[in-house]
Amino acid sequence: MSSSRLLAGVSGGLSPSLDNHLALFGPLGAHDDLIVAVERAGLRGRGGASFPTAAKLTAVADAGGRPVVVANAVEGEPVSGKDRALLRVAPHLVLDGMVAASRALGARDAVVAVSHGATRERAIVEEAIGRRRGGDSGVRLRTAAVPERFVAGEETALVNALSGGEARPSLKPPYPFQQGVDGAPTLLSNAETLAHVALIARFGPTWFRGAGGPDTPGTALVTLGGSIARPGVYEIELGAGLAEVLEGAGNPTGPVQGVLVGGLFGRWISPRDVPGYALTPDVLGAGAIVVVPDDACALAECARVLEYLAGESAGQCGPCVHGLRAIADVMHESRSAARGARLAELAAQVARRGACRHPDGAVGFLSSALDVFADDFARHTKRGSCGRRDARVIAVGNGRRR
Amino acid sequence: MKTLRIDPIACDGRGLCAELFPERITLDEWGYAIIDSAPIPASLERHAKRAVDGCPLVALRLDLLDRAEGHREPRSRRR
Repeated sequence: MSSSRLLAGVSGGLSPSLDNHLALFGPLGAHDDLIVAVERAGLRGRGGASFPTAAKLTAVADAGGRPVVVANAVEGEPVSGKDRALLRVAPHLVLDGMVAASRALGARDAVVAVSHGATRERAIVEEAIGRRRGGDSGVRLRTAAVPERFVAGEETALVNALSGGEARPSLKPPYPFQQGVDGAPTLLSNAETLAHVALIARFGPTWFRGAGGPDTPGTALVTLGGSIARPGVYEIELGAGLAEVLEGAGNPTGPVQGVLVGGLFGRWISPRDVPGYALTPDVLGAGAIVVVPDDACALAECARVLEYLAGESAGQCGPCVHGLRAIADVMHESRSAARGARLAELAAQVARRGACRHPDGAVGFLSSALDVFADDFARHTKRGSCGRRDARVIAVGNGRRR
Repeated sequence: MKTLRIDPIACDGRGLCAELFPERITLDEWGYAIIDSAPIPASLERHAKRAVDGCPLVALRLDLLDRAEGHREPRSRRR
């Protein structure tokens, strides 16, 4: 089961019940030094930033006071579905990871955070928590729902929402490990990350490193979408080839124009670069991959994403509010010869100037689009159109300008 | 050595800082402060302080360089 760990149950056709969970993985048991095991495993966060999980655990442990543990399954990224899928098929694995981390940190409260729209997932987790009653030695598990916004899963936005405030980012420091939910030091980790912690607690770091590459250990969940034969959530070995992963999902349905790796904050990969392209944590982000076919208008796809990201700004920092708006407007002006230069000028005024990384993510997406789709964009400038249809492969927002 | 830091949430683009400390602060096309985070030599510290004190929104801070740069931490995405 080298690449079927988190999804072992669903691969075996099992329901996500506690009995099946225990039959598959065995009991969680006690663990003397979880943080050391996680460090040896080399686990990195699966929420997008790929930060070493052991370093985060250590920071919370050193912060003093009674910490809180949060499993972040908010998944505001519209092209990702892996955290919700994980909650549906393996809720007890996420809960085990939260319990293991809580014991290691001395936390008594642990929260699974989902978005308001994830009603089914929340119900599944609530039921799973109900079944476990008494088995988690002093750790109180609960769920919470936060507004459905792109930035709601950003760590400080989530902390603010869980503390009764608005789901908007705040300036760091303080970081959540210093002052998180209700002011307590908070371990805020992606839900999938905590599920890996549950497996490391059981089977150890050597087992964990049995999948993936030496520098990219373990497996990761990816969400494959766009023009691919079998879209959906897959578990891959970290460092696996993009071409092989696409093949595992039945291959693209036709000629490819570009593959977006890493979700809306990710990078476009040109089809000629797909062979040999390795899915390492730094490029995978939260694992969303979208295949855009050759007959789709790339400019329309990118303009829609940038329009969406402009609309999803939390509205707090001037450069993000005005800069992303201006970038989206320029993207819609298909015949402007000066577009490339103007976009570069705007990008330079936006990058690294927000309290969170929302503007940086949008600018990264933009610069990679300008690079990979240079020919398509030039055709628009020259003739006003590339002659391709707006296929709405990345179906974000309402498609209209606000 | 010290460095200037801005709270981009607090800044609403009044622009006083750029007038008070043009050596290190410029404005973007919407009027929000762009801060040069290079260390501030002692000769300029008085100007930097004037900009910090002059901000009506308390959006500027003069930090010790090691405090501002020495702490590396989880890159966060929204995600």
